[in-house]
Amino acid sequence: MTRRIGFLGLAVWILASIGALAQGAVVGLSLSTLNNPFFVALRDGGRQAAQKAGIQLIVLDAQDRVDKQVADIEDLIQRRVRVLLVNPTDSAAVVPAIQRANRAGIPVITVDRAASGGQIAFHIASDNVAGGRMAAEFVCQLLKGRGKVVELEGIPGTSAARDRGQGFNAYLKEKCPGITVVARQTANFDRAQGLSVMENILQAQREIDAVFAHNDEMALGALQAIKASGRKIRVVGFDATPDAVKAVQACEMAATVAQQPQEMGRIAVEKAVELIRGTKPPAKTQFIPVPLKLVTNSACKW
Amino acid sequence: MLWARFGPSLLSRYGLLWALGFLILALSLLSPYFLSTANLLNVLRQVSINAILALGMTVVILKGGIDLSVGSLLALAGALAAGFALSGFPPPLAMGLGVGIAVALGTLQGLLVAYAGLPPFIVTLAGLTAFRGLTLVYTDGRPITGLPDPFLFLGNGTLLGIPVPVMVMLSFLLLTHLLLQNTALGRYLYAIGGNEEAARLSGVPVARIKVFAYAYSGLAAGLAALVLTGRLNSAQPTAGTGFELDAIAAAVVGGTSLAGGRGTAWGTFLGALIIGVLNNGMNLLNVSSFYQLIAKGAVIVLALLVDRLVRRR
Repeated sequence: MTRRIGFLGLAVWILASIGALAQGAVVGLSLSTLNNPFFVALRDGGRQAAQKAGIQLIVLDAQDRVDKQVADIEDLIQRRVRVLLVNPTDSAAVVPAIQRANRAGIPVITVDRAASGGQIAFHIASDNVAGGRMAAEFVCQLLKGRGKVVELEGIPGTSAARDRGQGFNAYLKEKCPGITVVARQTANFDRAQGLSVMENILQAQREIDAVFAHNDEMALGALQAIKASGRKIRVVGFDATPDAVKAVQACEMAATVAQQPQEMGRIAVEKAVELIRGTKPPAKTQFIPVPLKLVTNSACKW
Repeated sequence: MLWARFGPSLLSRYGLLWALGFLILALSLLSPYFLSTANLLNVLRQVSINAILALGMTVVILKGGIDLSVGSLLALAGALAAGFALSGFPPPLAMGLGVGIAVALGTLQGLLVAYAGLPPFIVTLAGLTAFRGLTLVYTDGRPITGLPDPFLFLGNGTLLGIPVPVMVMLSFLLLTHLLLQNTALGRYLYAIGGNEEAARLSGVPVARIKVFAYAYSGLAAGLAALVLTGRLNSAQPTAGTGFELDAIAAAVVGGTSLAGGRGTAWGTFLGALIIGVLNNGMNLLNVSSFYQLIAKGAVIVLALLVDRLVRRR
């Protein structure tokens, strides 16, 4: 009985294997989370590019859990994807999984967040330092060079949080010394935490002129807290998610730095297709910056 | 000899074996990538952390308790072990210290439950919060990286072709099995879970056994911490978030009664495997991650139903 089931399984397995070989090339995309419109847009951009190129794209969602992402990547290696696209939940924790893909001979492309080790063919991301500077320059003009600012930081240790903060603070220090950062707290890129952290800061700080959040989710959370407090504080976010753009159009948020996640997904898949079609991966990781732009509304009075 | 020792408890988990067998057969038919040695070892490696935690959890649930703190305790133990190793302790000592502190904190919770009479749910819920806080304080919210090789070996190495995390898991499974089936301590745990008052009256040292259960769960959290830290090549301040629920799910799918008094180490192991196989299979099949969550919930209920039906027959 067991033996018969075994044979049956084996037979079907062989048939299915042949079927799989006949299918087009498969590319795997391991995302940190899909509980964030930004990564949904990234996935959509990737899917469209995959459809255009006639390849299959497998998308896995790590739900912001480092251990799940490692398991996801291991599964994609078992699935024998031709190229692995990774958007790390954590730059360091993803390294062993990437090394495993390296050993399996699968080229790796990182998207949005970088990995701190392993062999990476391409890193596709916004120039976050430049974006942070862009936000600082805007805040500086808005406040005419003087004022008090709150910075809501992203998940500690992620390169996005580090780079945006670095660009923002470097610009203020060099070009706009009249502005001081009176509070700097993490809200982990999360809207609910953005709300509660901002509520706490509003209790502690009597005078706040502007908030710079490392992403729009936190900015929108902070906006809720500010609305409830009835105070007039200008909010600058990052990512230009649909919600945030709406808030800028409604003069609720002052600005958001637009990343182009859809572009990111598209470029990542296109690079993967190049690799599948025989382009040699570069010897050293090649950084492919995705341009940023500032979204504002000139009709608003601040 | 081996059968005499392990056969009966395997047989009593017959329903679960059917559920797992059916799942494996279905996935083998659906995906050509599922049934390979590499992938099966891959699944075992992936379930190792949840299985270890779930085994510790089983011991606590058996005596009629619950341990919600394991995820946070795991993060703390991992961070401490990593931190000690980086501050110059030899890696084995650093790992031992990390595990030791986890056991000590588990014991502390056990003391609060057994001697202060506080409800386990509340004590370990406080642990969940406080240990996470301690981890964040200790790590300053940043991952600890640059760990020495022994950590990597624990998480990613292989021994005789078998991944080290799997070795750790199987050893802990055997230890837990022997503890529950072959020692007086094990019988006391079942007795307390079945009827605490009756156990007390017949001379079981109830309080001490309870403390032991939480210490054992702490040991599980410490071991799982070493494996996870190795797998991620870093100690993450947010590691282990939500793991307590996965561990409870594995134990319950494995036939452990939340009311206490019923459950086995093998059952819990099978429960962890069912959940792990399902995760792996759905990834290979490219099931949308939103539907994956629904399927997981459905299969947990289904596995329980199959178990109940077979048991009743």
